[in-house]
Amino acid sequence: MSFTSQLTKGLVKENPTFRILLGMCPTLAVSLAISNGIGMGIAATFVLVGSNVIVSMLRNVIPSKIRIPCFIVVIASFVTMVDLVMAAFVPKLHEVLGIFIPLIVVNCIILARAEAFASKNGVMYSLADGIGMGLGFTLALTGLSAIRELLGTGTLLAVPDFGFPGFKIFDRSLAAVMVILPPGGFITLGLLIGLLNSLTRKKRKAHA
Amino acid sequence: MGEILVIFFGGVLLNNFILSRFLGICPFIGVSKQVETATGMGMAVIFVMGVASVVTWVVQQLILVPLGLGYLQTIAFILVIAALVQLVEMVVQKVSPVLYRALGIYLPLITTNCAVLGVSILNITEKYNLLEAAVNGIAGASGFTMAIVLFAAIRERMELSPIPDSLRGFPMALITAGLMSIAFLGFVGFRLKDLFGVM
Repeated sequence: MSFTSQLTKGLVKENPTFRILLGMCPTLAVSLAISNGIGMGIAATFVLVGSNVIVSMLRNVIPSKIRIPCFIVVIASFVTMVDLVMAAFVPKLHEVLGIFIPLIVVNCIILARAEAFASKNGVMYSLADGIGMGLGFTLALTGLSAIRELLGTGTLLAVPDFGFPGFKIFDRSLAAVMVILPPGGFITLGLLIGLLNSLTRKKRKAHA
Repeated sequence: MGEILVIFFGGVLLNNFILSRFLGICPFIGVSKQVETATGMGMAVIFVMGVASVVTWVVQQLILVPLGLGYLQTIAFILVIAALVQLVEMVVQKVSPVLYRALGIYLPLITTNCAVLGVSILNITEKYNLLEAAVNGIAGASGFTMAIVLFAAIRERMELSPIPDSLRGFPMALITAGLMSIAFLGFVGFRLKDLFGVM
């Protein structure tokens, strides 16, 4: 149990999206382009770190019976901050992510970390846990977004807020539009998790 | 009347909460192993989403807007929903113990169902009036129920199917949901407004 191991466990071993399978709604809904994935990831990471730190500071003050409403108020305050800041500085991204910004409040990852980790551990560990889990979520989201953006539009890294159309990898007419429609989200994520499962299985077999 | 029908069928078929808007995926995957439990969850969600749509609309229009507190929307709504779910749980327990036993374990889970907060916020951004908001809430929840019950029925049969080991469980559930979502894409061509004579 060191600071670094708290930081890195969220990236692979306990990756919130691929391993613990939390926070599916935003993962499926916003993973249309890398810029969305990173934007959503950073927003969620900020909320996660903020709420983890505050919850762990208050862990001895909050009565255990009403802890969930208390956690939710802390989380909702951070979400409101992110919402307002994004509306001011990256309006196009804010519009694309739309309802999924306020919905960070009910993202199970954040409440799960507050309940399972921050309410039982010190401030520094909770900070590391928040950063690690947040980066793990961002990484998963960005990976899925990259696959969907490439297959669905034929470009990579388009950033509408900076007016950047993205790198063209192949012609748009060859792109499979289905991948950026809702069914593509479900199927791509399903296959990706299946692939990761089969890779870890092979690794485990090689060890045994 | 026509507009209400457009909102209702739009919510159930065209903009299905799960299969095209990605709201409420956690309970959709988590509570869909059996048709019976899926139905229970669906009923609880219809009830809570209908009531939550009305209450959050009233809170927004009568409290937040007149006081200029629009930026507190997220905090206010989630607290209202959490309190509402608790209240509903207590009332149901007192009034109908049978229903309580049927819905019991699902009710607390609904607080963190993003479909409930989602529909409340959508009602405001779409500028619905009170009746439209209530219909939108019930329609969204009915769409959720339809999807989760159909999905549970598919999963019950899938239990016995030969599925590759690494796809077993969650990944296969996602792929199944994807195939269902393709079927629901077929409704996109529906011209509801023409059907119900709304200009």
